[in-house]
Parts: sequence; structure tokens; C-alpha cells
Amino acid sequence: MAEKSPGTPAKGTGAHTEADGGHGGGFPPFESSTFASQLVSLAIAFVALYVIVSRFALPRVESVIDARQNAIEGDLAAAQKFKDESDAALKAYETELAAARSRAQAIGSETREKLNVAAEAERRTLEDQLTAKLAAAEKQIAATREAAMSNVRGIAADAAGAIVQRLTGVLPDSKTVSKAVDASLKG
Amino acid sequence: MKIDPIHQFNIEPLFTIGHIGNQTIAFTNSSLYMFLSVAVISLLMIGGMAGRQLVPGRLQSIAEISYEFVASTIRSTAGAEGMKFFPLIFSLFMFICISNLIGIIPYTFTVSSHIIVTAALALLVFFTVLIYGLYKNGFKFFKIFVPSGVPIYILPLVMFIEILSFFLRPVSHSVRLFANMLAGHIALKVFAGFVAMLGVSLGAVGWIGGVLPLALTVALTALELLVAFLQAYVFAILTCIYLNDAIHPGH
Repeated sequence: MAEKSPGTPAKGTGAHTEADGGHGGGFPPFESSTFASQLVSLAIAFVALYVIVSRFALPRVESVIDARQNAIEGDLAAAQKFKDESDAALKAYETELAAARSRAQAIGSETREKLNVAAEAERRTLEDQLTAKLAAAEKQIAATREAAMSNVRGIAADAAGAIVQRLTGVLPDSKTVSKAVDASLKG
Repeated sequence: MKIDPIHQFNIEPLFTIGHIGNQTIAFTNSSLYMFLSVAVISLLMIGGMAGRQLVPGRLQSIAEISYEFVASTIRSTAGAEGMKFFPLIFSLFMFICISNLIGIIPYTFTVSSHIIVTAALALLVFFTVLIYGLYKNGFKFFKIFVPSGVPIYILPLVMFIEILSFFLRPVSHSVRLFANMLAGHIALKVFAGFVAMLGVSLGAVGWIGGVLPLALTVALTALELLVAFLQAYVFAILTCIYLNDAIHPGH
């Protein structure tokens, strides 16, 4: 500690003026002669800083931070809105799909019903027609057979008459022949 | 080779501004560093925010972090009402922090290594607390001297201690900052001086031996960086705590 007591000029700081303090090599922070200068500078500097900080710096930072906060909140709100919209759209799509599906089902079953009824009706008419045709055909067959059977009797009678004439040379009475034919047919 | 760790604290008048009474008011090296700190803070806070970007760059991040840091300190210690002192506390914090950080650069001057500066700032806080506390709460402000739940027979003693501690606040507030900066810079200077002193007096061996104090100087510089910020923070948070008394008296 002894080396600093002679004071600072030894270090070649000629600019350093000890004169106005008059304290020699005192401890600088306790040199009261410098206090007034420091206080004046400090007052000016600190007031200037306070004005700059309160008028310009802090409002500016605050506005930027607020703007960012608002932007984030706005974006989040917009995202939420879009999400809600897409949810609603999805829901609408699903209900629409369900409705369409049930409508398709209804149309399908209705069509099937209708077609079934039509097919049944057609089938019935066709059946009826076929039955009618069948009946007509049967009737015709019966008539034809009747006719054929009556022809057979005539032919048989003619043939029998011809055979008798050829054998005996006498044309038999037609009444007798037909009676004999009838008897033969019945037998 | 002489080590003069005190030389760095010399106030050197650069030019004279005027006179008050028989006192010469000079623009000193201290004044220069005060205004330099103000300029750096202004540059950081206004220049840094000039872009007003949504996604901040480096400088804007520093400005915003300082803002948020001081704001959250006030909110946590003095509540939302303390925010009306935001410009004051922010100015104090930034002024001390930036001038301390500038002071770590070799050949610069540390503004807060002078008791008169720290005392002025501490008294500014003290009178702000006192005047605002009386203005806002009237006589209820004196409840800070009367802690609730203290038995009546020791109340006078407690009140005496409370009043004494209240009036000693500016002392502890200013000396803490002043002493930290002073001691840190003296220690730095002493260890840095050892390097040169060993080299000059012992030659080559000394230069090699100087590695140790050099390493210590580096470590101390890192410590001083921390202290520079920490003392600014301590000063600001104590200001908040004192202001909290003025805002909410009666603990």
C-alpha cells in the first residue's frame, strides 16, 4: 500500500490534475471536490436516460410486444375458426352422406318393390294366357279326336261294307253295317 | 514497475462547464462514461427496436429481454401497481448494468465505483419511496415501522429497529454497489499488475510465472461480468422491494 501514497504523477499522467482537489494522492471515490461535477453529470445523464426510456424506448418495445401478442392471438383465433369451419363442413358432409345413403336405400327398395309387383303381374298375365291357350289347345285336341273318331266309324263302316260286298258280292244294308261297326267299336 | 490499483478511479476533468458557488463543475471522464452508457442504452433500446420485427433479431431480442426481465422483476416483487415505476427501475437497472459492463473493458472508467454516484441513485430511490409512500398512503405509510403481530412490550424496540433500518437503506443500497465495483476492479488491477511485475522483475522466468495471475485475471474478469450484471439486478430488485413498501405499507 505504501507505493500508492506518493500519488499518481509517478505513472506519467500529466493530464491528471490534483490541484483543484488539493487532496494529493487521496482515495478518488472520497475526494469531495469531484462530487459536484459527478452529481451534475449524473443528474443530466440520468434525467436524459429517464426521458429517453419513458418516452421512446419502453413504449416502442411495448408496442412491438403487444403487436406480436396480438398477431399470435389473432392467428390462433383464425386457426380455431378455420378448424371449426372444417369441423362443421365435415359434419355437414357426414349428415349429407348419411341422408344420401338412406335416400339411395329407400329408392332401391322402392324400385325393387315396384319391379317385383310388375314382374308378378306380368307373370300372372302370362300364366293366364298360357292357361287359356292350354285350355284351347286341349279343347281342340278333344274336338279333333272326336272328329277323328267319328271319321273312323264312317271309314270302318265303308270298309266293312266294301269287304262284305267283295266277299259275298252283295252290298249289305248300311244300317246293319253301321250297327255291326258300332258293336265292334264298343267291344 | 509500480502497481497503482487506485489510479483507475481517478476523476479527471476534461473541460469545465461552469461554477456553482466556488465549486468548479467539470465534464470529467466519469461524465463521459455516464453519457456513453446513456447512448449505448438508447442505441440498444431504440436502435434495436427500429426494425419492429415480429420475429426479433439479436439486438431486438436483447432489448425485449431487458424489458421483460425488468418488468417481471417488478411484477413479482411490487405487484402490478409497481409498473408505474417501470421507467425509473428500468433506467436504474440499465444505467448500472451497462455502465458496469463498459467499466470492465480495460482502460475504461466505472461510473458506479464512486460512492457519490451510487449514493445519489440510492437517495433518489429513498426519496421516491418516502414521497410516494406519504403521498399515496398518508400517515398509514408509517405502518411499515409497526409490524403486525408483535407483542406490545417489544414493539418500541422493533419500531426503533425498523426505523433505523429504513433510514439505513440508502447506505446499504449505495455501499453494496459501490464496494462491489470498487473491490472487483482493484482485485482485477492487482492481479493484472502481478503479470507485468513478475515479467519486469524476473525476466523470462517471471513471464512464465505470470501465467498464473493472468489466468486469475481472466477468471476474475468473468466473475466481474457476473457481478456487473448481478449488482445492477440487486440494485433494481431492492428498489422494487422498497417501492413495494410505499405501495403496500403494513406487512
